[in-house]
Amino acid sequence: MSASLASSPAAHPGGIPGGARDHSVAERLSRRRARSNMIAKVLCFIATAIALVFLTAILGTLFWLGFKGIGLHVFTNVTRPPGSEGGLINAIVGSLIQTVLGVVIGTPIGLLVGTYLAEYARTSTLGNTVRFVSDVLLSAPSILIGLFVYQVLVAPFGGFSGIAGVAALAVIVIPIVVRTTEDMLQLIPASLREAAVALGAPKWKAIVQICYRAALNGIATGILLAIARVAGETAPLLFTSLGNLNWSVDMTAPMSSLPVTIYQYAGSPFDDWVQLAWVGALLITFGVLALNIIARVVLRPRS
Amino acid sequence: MSDAASTATSTSSFGDRIFAQVARAAGVFVLLLLGAIIVSLFLGGLPAFRAFGVGFLTNADWDPVQNVFGAAVPIYGTLITSVLAIVLAVPLAFGCAFYLTELAPNWVRGPIGTAIELLAAVPSIIYGMWGFFIIVPIMGDIVQPFFIDNFGDIPIIGALFQGPPFGTGIFTSALILAVMILPFIAATMRDVFNTVPAVFKESAYGVGCTTWEVMRSIVIPYTRVSVVGGIMLGLGRALGETMAVTFVIGNTNRISTSLFGPGNTIASIVALEFPESPAGSVKLASLLALGFLLFVISFIVLAISRLLLRTKVK
Amino acid sequence: MKLASTALAIALAGISFGAQAQQITGAGSSFAAPIYGKWAEAASAPTGIKLNYQSIGSGAGINQINNRTVDFGASDMPVKAADLAAHNLLQFPTVIGGVVMAINLPGIEANQVKLTGELLAEIYLGKITKWNDAKIVEMNRGLTMPNLAIAPVYRADGSGTTFVFTDYLSIIDPAWKSTVGSATSVKWPVGNGGKGNDGVSATVRQVKGAIGYVESAYASLNHLTTTQLRNKAGNFVTPNMESFAAAAASADWSAVQNFAIDLNDAMGEKSWPIESATFVLLPTDAKDPAQSQAVVKLFDWSFANGNKIATDLLYIPLPEGVQNAIRATWKAQIKG
Repeated sequence: MSASLASSPAAHPGGIPGGARDHSVAERLSRRRARSNMIAKVLCFIATAIALVFLTAILGTLFWLGFKGIGLHVFTNVTRPPGSEGGLINAIVGSLIQTVLGVVIGTPIGLLVGTYLAEYARTSTLGNTVRFVSDVLLSAPSILIGLFVYQVLVAPFGGFSGIAGVAALAVIVIPIVVRTTEDMLQLIPASLREAAVALGAPKWKAIVQICYRAALNGIATGILLAIARVAGETAPLLFTSLGNLNWSVDMTAPMSSLPVTIYQYAGSPFDDWVQLAWVGALLITFGVLALNIIARVVLRPRS
Repeated sequence: MSDAASTATSTSSFGDRIFAQVARAAGVFVLLLLGAIIVSLFLGGLPAFRAFGVGFLTNADWDPVQNVFGAAVPIYGTLITSVLAIVLAVPLAFGCAFYLTELAPNWVRGPIGTAIELLAAVPSIIYGMWGFFIIVPIMGDIVQPFFIDNFGDIPIIGALFQGPPFGTGIFTSALILAVMILPFIAATMRDVFNTVPAVFKESAYGVGCTTWEVMRSIVIPYTRVSVVGGIMLGLGRALGETMAVTFVIGNTNRISTSLFGPGNTIASIVALEFPESPAGSVKLASLLALGFLLFVISFIVLAISRLLLRTKVK
Repeated sequence: MKLASTALAIALAGISFGAQAQQITGAGSSFAAPIYGKWAEAASAPTGIKLNYQSIGSGAGINQINNRTVDFGASDMPVKAADLAAHNLLQFPTVIGGVVMAINLPGIEANQVKLTGELLAEIYLGKITKWNDAKIVEMNRGLTMPNLAIAPVYRADGSGTTFVFTDYLSIIDPAWKSTVGSATSVKWPVGNGGKGNDGVSATVRQVKGAIGYVESAYASLNHLTTTQLRNKAGNFVTPNMESFAAAAASADWSAVQNFAIDLNDAMGEKSWPIESATFVLLPTDAKDPAQSQAVVKLFDWSFANGNKIATDLLYIPLPEGVQNAIRATWKAQIKG
């Protein structure tokens, strides 16, 4: 590192010392460096601006096209054939049920695994393998998880069900909660644990009553992020809970969900359905973004 | 107190053991889960591998009527859209990360950083809809005709710009994917740039380096490995995207040399054709085999990414 | 606490509300989705039956009913007798509708362009690539055909409409039949795939020079520019209720098994050449016979009361004789 510093032009701003002729060289070099610096700065500024423009464009489109369709009927009517003033209430409720249950099932497992990694297996081979696998699952294509749950919970039982949908979402939740739990628990200073042990607390009590409480913010962040992530997932639900055009809270039957309904409606030829798709998109996105803002800004994890 | 303490110790060691076992079991469960996914996809796809052999990987045919299926077109589509998305996204992500770590005034870093992370939180179906309803018309009316008319006739490069301006296609998909993975890569790069010890940067500034020179000579070499890891993470995400791509890729089982030509990715072909594939058919097995291949490709990319990200360069 | 009890109350209300009506699930043809939806809506009060119909395409519908994951399947493509027997399915048609060609040519209006089955086959085989090809120009002497590339569009998902269209092409052109064939999903030599009806229509609407096949009800709903087609009798006909009805009237139902009528390339001076019935597939050995009974009840009501609903949506109702024959088959094969 220092070698490159020493030989870089920066180390010898005036050029190798040697006289008046070098001043014009120095000036040209200086100007060139200043110019490339300015170009780089402008390009980076533009890049950031482009990213922000995309964000604004997407949110703006959603707002513009989705807001038009918002009305009481969206929240009081179930999905209906085109031209019958249908709404989205069964999709919304179905999404809520499946998301909540998926998180309820996935979080304890994720918590336990994160605890295992942070408290019992920071360096062991099993721990490293589990950590690795969890990281891979975190970014694995969600459609494959849907395929897997189809093979295991749909095909053998001869039916799409809300249960299968919940299972697929739970599988997606687990690695998210694992990652945040492990990170948060690792940040807890050793002194806290030592104090607990010094007072005679068994290890598991130290973890549950002291560490969890200290990391509560971070763990809650992880749960909120997990909710936000699975609330918008479509692919895993396509082959598991399929969708239901009627009002249904029966977990053993196909269950409606907002992302799948949007997927079906957006690809349909009917204007009112496409409008509802935009409304649904608006609802999901702003819900998800609200959760993210709460998680990242309000519940800011101690770092 | 000592009585209570001794009873507490014996029950607590029992409690400790139970808790430790449960936590360990949960860890093993995650391993089994991944194993189960891989095995179920492989077993499901086995009939296709048996029926078509290794040629399955290179066959560009996808014929439901003749029941002949090959993975070449979806694999090609997956790889090319993802790689193109990386090519488009990485410079932008780098610019964002550079801006956020060196150039932006302090009060702006938080909000803009959060804004970019929010881009990552938008569900992929939204990207698909936005791409289909907003980007495709722009591509079809303005961008594609421009390139086809002006560059389509140039001898070699022209092959990239052929065909009627459908608006959909490989390039449009890559563009949508790029917007999707941009925030992941940018956020990872920013986090990684922030780990450079201040003393390195300060000493560089101290001898008169410009900001760009600090980035180029200090920050990037220091974080090189992790940056590549972040890029691979973005690549891993792009490979598996379904909803963002299905609407805009053109859903055609042909390899096309034109950037504006239609194609298919593994994820989109599975999403479209799975519902109509009869149980036990070769078509279903082919789709599951494709799923297995996608998992293998993503696994490799994500594994490399993780290795690079968790390696601390001293 | 209040929130929880309110939520619980709503959930219970939902469950109890759902429990009053009998719920049946169907999946398949997107072509039939509008009419099944309207029929179910009208029938829900008189019959107490609630239909959950997933418009996932004919291929997927056949698959779902074979797997018994739904109560009935819906397909524009009739299932072969051997497959019906193997899967214990009863097949019956419900309505008839036409498939039209939608195009996007600047300066051309609805039903101006004349096309033939042979031309369509060559377009979709990639043999004719420009709108001002000599063969098209010859067919359309009164029009100026623009110098545009033809952009053929097809349904990328497994679609009964694809079957109807490719079946027509197979009847007209032996080269098509041997190279591509007819099915809900085929290997298209050229063109772009669109997902669902909206994918095809949006592409056709957007790309100058595009041509795609869509259900008639859908084309009119979305004001797509349609074309005339030459029928078997050699006349150029416009897609409307008259030509659809003429093709339906020419059907010889007594000549087919399992009601598997093929209405493509129908005889008749005014007949529209690309037309199909849409079929319902019902298990004869359902685990819960009450569900099959409910499906029968729904369609029985629809045959008796739903003809006007069908024609409003540009479908052709089945002739009464056929409806009665279907009723007889239900009595014979569906238990309960």
